[in-house]
Amino acid sequence: MPRLVSHPDEVKIVTRRFGQGAANIEKYLELGGYEAAKKCLTQGPDWIINEMKASNLRGRGGAGFPTGLKWSFVPKQSAKPKYVLVNGDESEPGTCKDHLIFLHDPHAVIEGTIIAGLAIGAKMGFIYLRGEYRYLLEIMEKAVADAYSKGFLGKGIFGSDTEFEVVTQTGAGAYEVGEESALMESLEGKRGVPRIKPPFPAVVGLYGGPTVINNAETIATVPHVIAMGGAAYAAVGSERNGGTRLFGLSGHVERPGVYELPMGYNLKKMIYEVGGGVRGGRKLKAVVPGGSSTPVLLPEEIENLGMDFDQVGKAGSMLGSGGVVVIDDQTCIVEFALRTISFYQHESCGWCIPCREGTDWLKKSLTRFHAGFGEAKDIDNIRYLAENMMGRTFCPLGDAAAMPTLGFVKKFRKEFEDHLNGKPCPFAKHVELAVV
Amino acid sequence: MTPRESETMSIFSPALAARFDALVEKYPVKRSALIPMMLYAQDEIGYLSDAVIAEIADRLGLTELDVRNVASYYSMLRFKPAGRFNIQVCTNISCMLRGAYDLFDRFQEELGVGHKGITPDGVFSLEEVECIGACCWAPAIQVNYDFHDELAADSVPGILQQYRERAAANGGR
Repeated sequence: MPRLVSHPDEVKIVTRRFGQGAANIEKYLELGGYEAAKKCLTQGPDWIINEMKASNLRGRGGAGFPTGLKWSFVPKQSAKPKYVLVNGDESEPGTCKDHLIFLHDPHAVIEGTIIAGLAIGAKMGFIYLRGEYRYLLEIMEKAVADAYSKGFLGKGIFGSDTEFEVVTQTGAGAYEVGEESALMESLEGKRGVPRIKPPFPAVVGLYGGPTVINNAETIATVPHVIAMGGAAYAAVGSERNGGTRLFGLSGHVERPGVYELPMGYNLKKMIYEVGGGVRGGRKLKAVVPGGSSTPVLLPEEIENLGMDFDQVGKAGSMLGSGGVVVIDDQTCIVEFALRTISFYQHESCGWCIPCREGTDWLKKSLTRFHAGFGEAKDIDNIRYLAENMMGRTFCPLGDAAAMPTLGFVKKFRKEFEDHLNGKPCPFAKHVELAVV
Repeated sequence: MTPRESETMSIFSPALAARFDALVEKYPVKRSALIPMMLYAQDEIGYLSDAVIAEIADRLGLTELDVRNVASYYSMLRFKPAGRFNIQVCTNISCMLRGAYDLFDRFQEELGVGHKGITPDGVFSLEEVECIGACCWAPAIQVNYDFHDELAADSVPGILQQYRERAAANGGR
């Protein structure tokens, strides 16, 4: 069972019901659950969207797009049915926050889905979990069934004449399906390959209807925004970055776990105080700040770094999914870079050539480097390859593979050079990786 | 398309056949049920056999080729049987930093099989997998759908014992 952690600096908004048995609908109601949905039902769509805009809540999947703005893009009138699609295909290495949300607070996901539906005028919502999360799907299915039997879902929700249906399902193993257009393809029973944009899902989405797609954490946050008011939620975070974030601390940190901290929280403090520092008293070598696709940061770069979308962006990386991976000084960066690119090579769906070929060649080059057979020109070749993948694919997977690779080569060039001429790496754990 | 006589012709258990009947009704478009159906069918039959593909294609009004094409995309779906308990060891970054390869090596040693191998008695299969969403409780594995987290190489014999006992209780396999 995933261990829950806590720290005095945490501001528990989204996690406030964790560990309290809120998967049980009675307990959820006792803790104030479904009040936000009822309020939204009486206040109407414009009010909901305004609250969401005021909250400065930005998409928790990684792109950080303002949620209220996204909802406002959905046309009021539509010949085709509109849909809400909750992205719980959590697959970015370093990220396990939605895992805890589904486990501890499934009704918050349902309530957030209802509210999103009310805001855009959808009558149906889908909650899509990654295939590996079967036990969490079962928790979600039970919660949905309970919500139906209470009359919170179905023909006339909460005694109104508004209809809202929720369908839950899982994928079957594919990182790419976490990308919104690939997610829609998968939900339509197809291979999870991306669609070209525009048209954007808000206009032409699932089954061709206008669709709002939000990350599970974003959706689970929505009822709290409504309950406390958009402005109050915004005030918890930093400028243009409302509220809190579920940061997943993993890797070489003393106390790994998912911590809910205000947006803009200092990264150094997060590692050393919240996370208890680097494991075994070792020194910090590098940090991956927001899931494996975000460029690595050096210890000197995190000194005054506030963890929000804008500040991390300015520092040359991304806040991404909030998965902070801590790397100690006895780690081989070439090996880490290789393991990272191996993942993207494995997960590239093959739809766009720069990504399919680029990830493959990057993996080949790094494998050779790691085995000590690299050549000096390979370092620049890796850069050339990665730079030519950027922005040349339908979806961001190509960028997600290229960006961290560029970061490793740029910031740890010396370590790459040290691997030249058959010199063995002092920290390498494995010469060859089995995943192909 | 002629209506199926699923009650008499299904290769699935009556419970699963009924579940499929309900599943195709849930979506605005029948085909949306494809991926969950393949996963549930695999859970019951063990893998996507030719007969499984044929029946799913029939139920959804798709060609078998179309079903195969979709199935081949998803890493959890397989066209060959795995062990009764499929051990999936995550070696992605967060797990790797906390000893996932030691764990994977130990599983290989104890089971005598490598990546994608199946033990001769059919009880276990082993797989090195990508991130399973348990990064903060690393290193983590899944045995079928069950998570085991915060492991060390020394946890391996105990985990295997636990599943061996389960297999024995279920009639030796």
